[in-house]
Amino acid sequence: MPVLTPDILACIGRRSEPRTEVVTRRDLRKYAIATSQTQRKYLDGDEAPPLYHVALFWEVVPLAELSADGVSIDQLLPKFPLEKAMAGGLDIRYHNRIRAGDTLIGSRTLTNIYEKEGRSGALIFYEVVLEITREDGTPVLTEKTTRLLR
Amino acid sequence: MNTPRDLSTISTGDSLPATRYTPDNIQLFFYNAVLWNAHRIHYDLPYATQVEGYPGLVIAGPMLGDWLGQVADNWVGDAGIVEQLEYSNRQASFIGETLTTGGSITAVDVTGRRVSCDLFVKNEAGEIITPGKAIVRFF
Repeated sequence: MPVLTPDILACIGRRSEPRTEVVTRRDLRKYAIATSQTQRKYLDGDEAPPLYHVALFWEVVPLAELSADGVSIDQLLPKFPLEKAMAGGLDIRYHNRIRAGDTLIGSRTLTNIYEKEGRSGALIFYEVVLEITREDGTPVLTEKTTRLLR
Repeated sequence: MNTPRDLSTISTGDSLPATRYTPDNIQLFFYNAVLWNAHRIHYDLPYATQVEGYPGLVIAGPMLGDWLGQVADNWVGDAGIVEQLEYSNRQASFIGETLTTGGSITAVDVTGRRVSCDLFVKNEAGEIITPGKAIVRFF
């Protein structure tokens, strides 16, 4: 018995409003300290470590829009019939480095929703692709997130 | 300026340097503050244990991803760049645990100057909680 309805599957292809963010040296330095970076270029805030974009494009939500457990509700996603988040993974292709002073544009697209029958019932998978470019369109990186719900 | 690395000295099966991390509340707080992540499982111990049933405060998944990426990125240093990185958070870990990252070379493309590697974050029981892969390109 499929758990995904046509209405849910119709959300595939949904895109978020592109977001523009400025990379500051101060934010790079904070990120480098928080993640125990060891390379000088990161600790000095000259360049961004490979996972920095996760922080840069994390949703900045008002307090009133957080759920009781402190999580922001991802507006890109439909309401799924399964809600227990199991695992997540990222697959990132890098095109250009991120440096202090860069202005970057991030666009998220819900690229896939599918289900599989697991040992203890249905599992829902969804994929969100984040494309990051510079203002002139130069590609910076492409990240595909896959999440699993049960 | 670094001298380009001689890829003929790198072989499939070679290990990448291992690093140990024992994150505490302060580091986890800093990490989530940088993200603007208010998920209570990362700082509210009664909530994490009594409501969510975890044995402790949960170490943030993307922080483990960052440490995994550092295995490849710190190994290549200024001699190249990480071109691809993938990982999967398979199992949770908690404040108080010591985690170990590492990896090994799975392929060397001398002509294309690319090296592929498997990466991992292991917990104290030796279980791989975050497996991953990277491709690095040497200049």
